[in-house]
Amino acid sequence: MLTLLFDGIAYGMLLFVLAVGLAVTLGLMNFINLAHGAFAMAGGYITVLAMNRLGVPFLVCLPLAFLGAALLGALLEPLLYRRMYARPHLDQVLFSIGLVFIAVTTVDYFVGSMQQNIQIPAWLQGRFDIAWVGIGKYRLFIIVVCAALTLALQWLLSRTRFGSQLRASVDDRRVAGGLGLNVNRIFLLTFAVGSGLAGLGGALGAEVLGLDPSFPLKFMIYFLIVCSVGGTTTITGPLLAALLLGIADVMGKYYAPKLGAFIVYTLMIVILLLRPQGLFVRSGGGK
Amino acid sequence: MTKVAHGLKHGAHWRWWEFALLAGLLLSWLLLPGHALLLNEIAILALFALSLDLILGYSGIVSLGHAAFFGFGSYAAALFAKLVMPDPWIGMLFAIALAALLGAVTSVLILRGTDLTRLMVTLGVASILYELANKLDWLTGGADGLQGVVMGPLLTPFGRFEFDIAGRTAYAYTLFVLIVCLFVGRRLVHSPFGYSLQALRDNRLRAGSIGLSVNARLVAIYTIAAAIAGAAGALLAQTSGFSSLDVFDFHRSAEVLLVLVIGGTGYLYGGIFGAIVFKLLHDLVSAWTPQYWNFWLGVFLVVLVLVGRDKLTRPWTWWKRS
Repeated sequence: MLTLLFDGIAYGMLLFVLAVGLAVTLGLMNFINLAHGAFAMAGGYITVLAMNRLGVPFLVCLPLAFLGAALLGALLEPLLYRRMYARPHLDQVLFSIGLVFIAVTTVDYFVGSMQQNIQIPAWLQGRFDIAWVGIGKYRLFIIVVCAALTLALQWLLSRTRFGSQLRASVDDRRVAGGLGLNVNRIFLLTFAVGSGLAGLGGALGAEVLGLDPSFPLKFMIYFLIVCSVGGTTTITGPLLAALLLGIADVMGKYYAPKLGAFIVYTLMIVILLLRPQGLFVRSGGGK
Repeated sequence: MTKVAHGLKHGAHWRWWEFALLAGLLLSWLLLPGHALLLNEIAILALFALSLDLILGYSGIVSLGHAAFFGFGSYAAALFAKLVMPDPWIGMLFAIALAALLGAVTSVLILRGTDLTRLMVTLGVASILYELANKLDWLTGGADGLQGVVMGPLLTPFGRFEFDIAGRTAYAYTLFVLIVCLFVGRRLVHSPFGYSLQALRDNRLRAGSIGLSVNARLVAIYTIAAAIAGAAGALLAQTSGFSSLDVFDFHRSAEVLLVLVIGGTGYLYGGIFGAIVFKLLHDLVSAWTPQYWNFWLGVFLVVLVLVGRDKLTRPWTWWKRS
């Protein structure tokens, strides 16, 4: 029971790191980016290929995955995404679905459609018991890394100059621009960091979630659930939503395998029916 | 007759190209008997896109899970033929009724929230149905699909017609349903109800404050669109004698969205033109590079949106600066 809870937390933390970039694009730029999973997939594939073909150690791969995905994000943002911010949501949806299709088939073409396996280092394999609770080492590693990232992110957003500039740009883009902030540059950096986090999440999650070219489609709905249920105005909202989703999913799969993903979707619909803006909403704020 | 009433009435006039299109549809059955299977697919897709146009083009609801109704109609028709009776007409009515019921029930979910909430909820409904069809394998055949559906002959005033392997009967049947739905849709969007939908699409708040009951209208149009999508799904199941999980797939919802966008939203015929272009394009690209159709589909989508999707149907604006 507690082991399941632990696994659920690890899964939830992973989902949070994967989805937080999406929460940022959604809340900040009001942009529905269905292609977010593509960045996660990019990170995952960078890790798999670097480890299996070049023999790069796992711990070096993680920052590589972050940088690779961030670079990709930084490249695509000014080229493509920036033109889409002011468009209607339908356009954004079509555009990002198109990106997903491109990403899926490109990976399929270059790497092949089979599931990729990742060899995590020996010191992260296996599990140990604390007070009769079985704890997977790799799961623990995920939790530690993700928790550190969350704290860093929270600090970045609430304590640094960049964080306050970002929050200012979100609250009112025009006024922030008028005050001399370079809003485009802030959005570019934020987008790159968000994509990078997704890439890192994809690298961490390759072993847990599985990695194949259909990854962005398979997990798209999970990311969106995290953002829509958690609300996009805070960091804690998506975090709690991700934990809830992770625990519900792991428990559901264990206790009622027949129902499958049924529980998660139903839960989401019920929550959205009761709280259309998400569970955790900061009142006020411009939009 | 006042000026306004006259103006509204003018929109409902039949245009020459509408007659031409209908004639073209009928002629395609006579002149292209060898392509009846492909034409049948096009007509089904067109009907599906038509139903999406009612909620997207006329009411402004962005749905990523319209395949829910398509798939529901498809399974309903297939199961009805297999378990109850093989008559296609009654099966069609049954599927339409069930899909409409599902639409009415789920329409509550799309009334509140933002575009994102609606996207999620529609996507969620389709995913739930996908899971259900997957897990209830004693009923639906699970991942293998529902096999062994045998349709009875089509009873018409002109005699009875068996569904043949070349798909001639099937295409005639699909065309009939498509044209009936087109008439119903056309009557609907040129009625006061149709105009009020466009009013609430353009500004929901204002439409509400001049006394339109926004929610009741959204429920009504969502139910009607669900029924038509169910009809399209039923056609697919009945003419192919098969229903599989992929009718609920995300791909299908995305595809129909694209079809509608290619043809243009908000004038009812976009689905038909879009379906023709889309299927021909699909055939062309698949013949050239079968595996990577999705890649070109993606490129097409991205370019389409970057250029501006309303320009596609208005070639005379291509060289003008916007």
